[in-house]
Amino acid sequence: MQGWRKALVLATMLASIAVLAVTAGLASAHGNKANIGNGTLNIMGFGKGDDVAETRAAIASKVVGGTINRPSGSFNDQTFLAAVASGNPPDLVYLDRQKVGSYAAKGAFMPLTSCIKSQKINMKQYRQAAVNEITYKNQIYGIPEFYDVRTILVDNKVLDQSGVSIGALNPAKPAALLAAAKKMVKFDSNGNVTRIGFDPKMPEFFPLWAKAYGVDILSKDGLHANLNAPGAVKALTYAMSLINAQGGWNKFKSFRDTWDFFGSDNQVQKNQVGAWPMEQWYYNVLASGSPDVHITALQFRNLKNQPINYETGSAWAIPKGAKNPQAACAWAKAMTSVSTWMAAARNRAALRKASKTPYTGISTGNSIADQDIYKQTYTSINPFFDEAVKKVLDVQRFSFGIPASPASAEFQAAWQNAVNRVLAGQQTPKQALDQAQKEATAAIKAATK
Amino acid sequence: MATAIAAAPGPLARARRWFAGFGERDTWAAFAFLSPWLFGFIVFTSGPMIASLVLSFTDYSIIQTTHNVGWANYHNALHDPYVRTAMRNTFIYTAISVPLHVIVALWLASLLARVGRFGGFFRTAFYLPQMSPSVATGILYLLIFNGSFGVLNVALRYLHISGPYWTTDPNWVKPGLALMISVWGVGASVVIFLAAIKGVPQHLYEAAAMDGASSWRKFRDVTLPMISPAIFFVVIINTINGLQTFDQVYTAFFNQSTPYGTNASLMYAIYIFQQAFSFLKFGYASALSWLLFLVIAVITIIQIVASRRFVYYEGQR
Repeated sequence: MQGWRKALVLATMLASIAVLAVTAGLASAHGNKANIGNGTLNIMGFGKGDDVAETRAAIASKVVGGTINRPSGSFNDQTFLAAVASGNPPDLVYLDRQKVGSYAAKGAFMPLTSCIKSQKINMKQYRQAAVNEITYKNQIYGIPEFYDVRTILVDNKVLDQSGVSIGALNPAKPAALLAAAKKMVKFDSNGNVTRIGFDPKMPEFFPLWAKAYGVDILSKDGLHANLNAPGAVKALTYAMSLINAQGGWNKFKSFRDTWDFFGSDNQVQKNQVGAWPMEQWYYNVLASGSPDVHITALQFRNLKNQPINYETGSAWAIPKGAKNPQAACAWAKAMTSVSTWMAAARNRAALRKASKTPYTGISTGNSIADQDIYKQTYTSINPFFDEAVKKVLDVQRFSFGIPASPASAEFQAAWQNAVNRVLAGQQTPKQALDQAQKEATAAIKAATK
Repeated sequence: MATAIAAAPGPLARARRWFAGFGERDTWAAFAFLSPWLFGFIVFTSGPMIASLVLSFTDYSIIQTTHNVGWANYHNALHDPYVRTAMRNTFIYTAISVPLHVIVALWLASLLARVGRFGGFFRTAFYLPQMSPSVATGILYLLIFNGSFGVLNVALRYLHISGPYWTTDPNWVKPGLALMISVWGVGASVVIFLAAIKGVPQHLYEAAAMDGASSWRKFRDVTLPMISPAIFFVVIINTINGLQTFDQVYTAFFNQSTPYGTNASLMYAIYIFQQAFSFLKFGYASALSWLLFLVIAVITIIQIVASRRFVYYEGQR
């Protein structure tokens, strides 16, 4: 067959798969069609996306009906605030769950009590940690969508080369992990790091390390910071000791900045890192760019040797003053329902199969959807990725998130700045976290006045 | 011989002359041509400025009820340690970047003035970086100035110099940023200086040559004084830009995907942005903006006063 004919056949197949997936999703019924008041649903933060986004958007559009306005780009505080200031807020926003609390506390979002009731949304299908993130003062302000989990990603080749056992890569055994990191790290003749042994992923994963040392850095009600709790100080001190044992922050970060993170010459392919905690979506990057790597996924464990997972993700929220809250609610429900996720997963699996690239599944905020996706759409890639995908699914039940707070942004800035000051050698962990605690407490106090 | 010097007209006379100009048709034509800019200035610049002045006395957050807080925002700003840190960083950055920018631009313009055949090519080459988005410059900074493997330190290593960790060492972050941003964006100033150098009358150089002046003396005593208005312009513009520096530093250190900003890289404009758009403290951010405006105004006035001693305008004694 000639090349163009092959392409035509492939394109037809892909189009058919997409149509089938969308039809299947629609056929599985999404309750009553929403009544769009002014004929347009304005969504902010959900511009044109990948196949998973677009398959679900097509289903949700059919469910909601009318015109769907989705300007390009992700959620932007400036754009959102400008729309609110002009008295013309969007009907629906798609944003990071960690932002929901602040906006909810300031009265920018509607509580979804009536939305959940009228659309009969089963909140139990969503993962509890994700729901906690968008619950403020016992009211739910969002519908959870994606769900990022963290496991320790191990490059087996580095382990073999260094003679380190996989059991040593356990944060529950700090001394063994430190020794393993020292064994795996490599330097060139100029003293530059050329391979990182174990990257604690600071400052981003400080909440995970603090939790491993028994500290929730923010109380469940989001009103009390615990940033300078002794466990948090110990966690940061330990994470710093890992970095210092591998050349110190300057050399460590300089080397990390050179990685081809999303490319086929990524740090795992080139054996530039032994292990590091990472979000689950990176398995998908590896599967696409370098499917032949030999990896292992490990659960991150606390000092009691229990698995823990720091989760983050996105959510749908309805701003106060939205002209079409009913349609917005119907859209949020449709986008996050089991059948919609399944349609998107089937479509992606088919697309990947057609393009002969591995498919690692989709991690959603909907626990029922996740189970079905894995059971019905996942096909074996190789033992390494198969085990990793299983581990990602398994770790989800040990999740915790940062609770919604009226000062989420200030709180995040306080601990992130503190960790950065320690990394830069400007303060000790105790000094930095004491300062962060003061700043976070003052910010929360000001926000709750 | 006694020279009669006409007395400069007083402010009243100047104002009278200005108003008298409206009797002429040309004045109206000039204002007609200026009107798009005037409209833009009033609606998009002075309007928001006045609004922000009003907001600076409130706790405006867009989404909550606004209250009058008097001078509290200004009082808090003066006692906010981050304001002091950000202001100090911004001053240090500006103090390094402006002289560096002027020296490099002047040097390149002097070289270009001598290039005959390929002048156009080099002018384009020097101006090209100016065309790249500032966000890209921020990312490039992280790559070029990487302490271990960046092009700059690798080159220094060939000279047996161990380069610093520009992007992570708090002592080297500001010099690194100044070096990158000021040199990268040198193109526009090169063009300005080149035009000024080309405008220096040749007979001045000929006279200097007849007096036996060396190339350096010609540059110091002829070129520099003659192009001093251009230098003054570049200094003023770059000082204001330096004090408002934002995008490259934000991209390199404060972006969501690069959350590594420390006290060493916190610039004043970034702090204003964080207060406004991350923490929704628009009233406080407005007060901070007005403090920056005052600082820039004072520095500019000082520069203008100082320029009277150093800047030579043709036809002026």
